[in-house]
Amino acid sequence: MSSNEALIPDSFVELRGVTFGYGARPVLRDVSLSVPRGKVTAIMGASGGGKTTVLRLIGGQQRAQQGQVLVDGKDVGPMTRAELYAARRRMGMLFQFGALFTDMSVLDNVAFPLREHTTLSETLVRDIVLMKLHAVGLRGARDLMPSQISGGMARRVALARAIALDPELIMYDEPFAGLDPISLGIAAQLIRQLSDAMGLTTILVSHNLQETFALADHVIILGAGNVAAQGTPGEVRTSTDPLVHQFVHALPAGPVPFHHPGPSVEQDFGIVGAVGSRR
Amino acid sequence: MSWWRPSDVGFAVRNRLVDIGAGARLFMRLAVLLGATLRRPALVRDQVHFLGNHSLVIIALSGLFVGFVLALQGYNVLQLYGSEASLGLVVTLSLVRELGPVVTALLFAGRAGTSLTAEIGLMRAGEQLSAMEMMAVDPVQRILAPRFWGGVIAMPVLAAVFSAVGVAGGWLVGVVMIGVDGGAFWGQMQSGVDVFKDVGNGVLKSIVFGVAVTFTAVLQGYVAKPTPEGVSRATTRTVVIASLAVLALDFILTALMFSL
Repeated sequence: MSSNEALIPDSFVELRGVTFGYGARPVLRDVSLSVPRGKVTAIMGASGGGKTTVLRLIGGQQRAQQGQVLVDGKDVGPMTRAELYAARRRMGMLFQFGALFTDMSVLDNVAFPLREHTTLSETLVRDIVLMKLHAVGLRGARDLMPSQISGGMARRVALARAIALDPELIMYDEPFAGLDPISLGIAAQLIRQLSDAMGLTTILVSHNLQETFALADHVIILGAGNVAAQGTPGEVRTSTDPLVHQFVHALPAGPVPFHHPGPSVEQDFGIVGAVGSRR
Repeated sequence: MSWWRPSDVGFAVRNRLVDIGAGARLFMRLAVLLGATLRRPALVRDQVHFLGNHSLVIIALSGLFVGFVLALQGYNVLQLYGSEASLGLVVTLSLVRELGPVVTALLFAGRAGTSLTAEIGLMRAGEQLSAMEMMAVDPVQRILAPRFWGGVIAMPVLAAVFSAVGVAGGWLVGVVMIGVDGGAFWGQMQSGVDVFKDVGNGVLKSIVFGVAVTFTAVLQGYVAKPTPEGVSRATTRTVVIASLAVLALDFILTALMFSL
């Protein structure tokens, strides 16, 4: 996909020609994508394909080496710390394992952003926290410590914390990883409900095919540092791109190789001069 | 990686310089954040409690035994010259000027510094610091600064406790056990110890050591690799670097104080 292709008109987040790498290893090469406002967008792709990196770029935790990362029309890259923090107040992010503060109770965790950013009275903070916890079904777990709750519950608490300040954009990093089927269903339902009820723009990074395709309005598939496909789940499913085809149909063989690049089998096992040896 | 190839040496030196630069910038930020930190005294109070009160037992016990030993050693030498009446002065000067700040700083590095490094390193490994950043809360201001200033406040108080308990220990062994004259013990101490030159310099030392130890602990936790191995290495580095820094700074400070 070229960076000039017409992007969705009403997008909340837009990447234009973004290149990024850790050290010498390139992760994203001239990536352009857009996230429609008020919809659920899923970013999918093989592990190590730069999905989480996209979230980090949008949140300003990493800066693009080239190109622009626009959040509601403003480029995140050149922002100062104060500007970045102002932008982040409109975002919520759910980390893969919740990233709850382990020295605080569930209630204090959800109250944390409220106490840091507002001057609300303690009674009001408590009421808001209980409302947010009620939304994720954990009002009864308010006094537990993070070590006392399951992984699925921890993520729901983290979700309550992420929506404590009523953000406009929420980002989920692998919200389904390691969840049992019931917790997974709950998580998917919550993501949908929150997006619909609050009009949230949602970005969801996942490689859980079924759940994600059922949930998302818009799907972006990243492969080999580029956007391999973007569109509605139906459009992406019928894509003819070999990488997308391999991913969507979960095929072991295709453009994404099974073997990590390295010396050839013949070299490694000492079969010198083997006929037809290849790397 | 080899040490005879100039490019590798240059690379290593450059990385070092980057680390030192990052450390210096963090130090400046922590210094600048003093005002903002003191506007939220509850956060600092919790850290003074956590770092200070929890170190109190080990500091007091160590001070007591160091006082015991100083009295024994001091009496052993002083009685050769018939000047055992100066025992109180010798014990107090050793404690207030040297052993109080230094031994407290070493114990503080082992007891409080390691727990600071491990706590911050594990918060980083658990993405808690990233989560905080994404909530538009600066972890340096919210997590590091209260811990740093809490440590800087706790350290001189702990050193004072160490010295005070040490003097009491010296009195127990010297006066109660050995039988040195109590009046001479306290009297010589009172006339021989200068508030500014001796006690003041000791307090100054303990503040400098508090800055060095707590900053080392906070920095090592903050830059630790977010893995179990990384956190354990950072904890070790805290003890090694902080202890060496304390001993080196002690030499420099003592030399400066005697020359002034």
